Formats: sequence, C-alpha cells, structure tokens
Amino acid sequence: MAKTYSKKSLVSQTMKPSKETISFLLGYSKALSIIKIHDKSFEIISN
Amino acid sequence: MVNIQLPDASLVKEYVAGNEDALAKLIKRHESKIYGFIYSKIPDRDITNDIFQDTFIKVIKTLKSNSYNEEGKFLPWVMRISHNLVVDHYRKTKKMPMFRETEEFSIFSIMSDDSLTIENKIIADQVQMDLQKLIEELPADQKEVLVMRMYQDMSFKEISESTGVSINTALGRMRYALMNLRKVIDKHQIVLTN
Repeated sequence: MAKTYSKKSLVSQTMKPSKETISFLLGYSKALSIIKIHDKSFEIISN
Repeated sequence: MVNIQLPDASLVKEYVAGNEDALAKLIKRHESKIYGFIYSKIPDRDITNDIFQDTFIKVIKTLKSNSYNEEGKFLPWVMRISHNLVVDHYRKTKKMPMFRETEEFSIFSIMSDDSLTIENKIIADQVQMDLQKLIEELPADQKEVLVMRMYQDMSFKEISESTGVSINTALGRMRYALMNLRKVIDKHQIVLTN
C-alpha cells in the first residue's frame, strides 16, 4: 500500500473571522448610507 | 457548468452600485487571507476579530462614500488598512500601557505625591511668618540662642563659643526662649499648626 509522506498542513483551516463578525459587517453595510452634501459627508445608520 | 468568478473590481463596482451581496462575496473570497495576516501579527482571536471588523468598517465606509479609486487592487488595499490598524493596536498597547481602576487596584496606590498642596504650602508659610514675628519679640539674648540653634543649626557648644557664655547659660536661654514663646502663643491663642 502506498504511503503518504506529505505532512499535514500546519496552517489552520479555521483561519476565519467569527460568524458574528461577518454578520455584523453585512448588517452594518446594509444599514449604512453615506450622503455627501457640499464636501461634507453624513453617515446614516438605519435600524 | 462553468463557474465564472467575477474579478474583485467588478464586485466592488456592483457593491458601490448597491448590490450588498457583492460585499459578502468579497469578504468570503478574502477573509482567510486577511484574518490570517492579522493573526500572524497579533496571535489573539478576539483582537484579530476586532481588527478584521474595523478593517471592513473602513472598507465599507470608503466604498459607500465613493472614495475608493484603486480598481483591481482590492486585496492589497484591504491588507494595507489592516496593517495600519495592527500598527495602531501596538502603538496603543505597547507604548501606553493602560491601567484600569478596579476595586482591588488603584493607580494611586503606586503613585505618591509627598509635596504639600498649594493650600498647605500657604499655611506653612504663614506659620513661619507668625513664628518669626514672635521670635522678634523675645529678649535679645534668648532670641540670639534660639536663632543660632534652630535656624543656623549650631550645637550648644558652638553657641557658647560664639556668644562667650557657658553651655549651661546657652541651654537656659534656649529654655526661657521656648517658655516665653509658649506663653505668648497661649496668651494670644495663636494657632501654629499646619
């Protein structure tokens, strides 16, 4: 039987941000609108 | 079925045009690279999550305000933002260690200030001035011994040599000087405390 000599990857496969972080960012993006009036920008977060 | 992957620049355009799904795709595509990069600098999952979040808050704000002008270089741009935030993090934590006030620990328990407060300094000066006025009222021989002993820090042997009297006489004059001072202080009810 053939042997596998390659080492297991040391890099963790779970190198990902938490689900909460991602869902916060997507929610934040949906809620945020930026309006520019005369060189001034206003951030509006809708609930 | 061929799975065509839209380039980053197209997804950025779509997102700026209002397609929120484009952002989800961009995050999904690059999350492990960016997260891994931050984690390689700060091996703490919670802080890495925070910095990842702050990075994309900046990305979202920049894209939504139409300030992004690096088409085709999305990932290096995001990496640069996260790198700057990592540097900021180290600046805050390394150079300025923070002490939180808790019930068990107060920063003032390891810091002390022995100098007098302004109010206490004024009082001390006032006491000194009052005392000098009282000393001025003493008979000359008593005043001479007291000034030499208290203000010039001379020993009674030195005082006796300097004034030409015996040590016992110098001691007696000092004793009478202090008794007279006490008498005057009691009589006029002068408060000489700090």
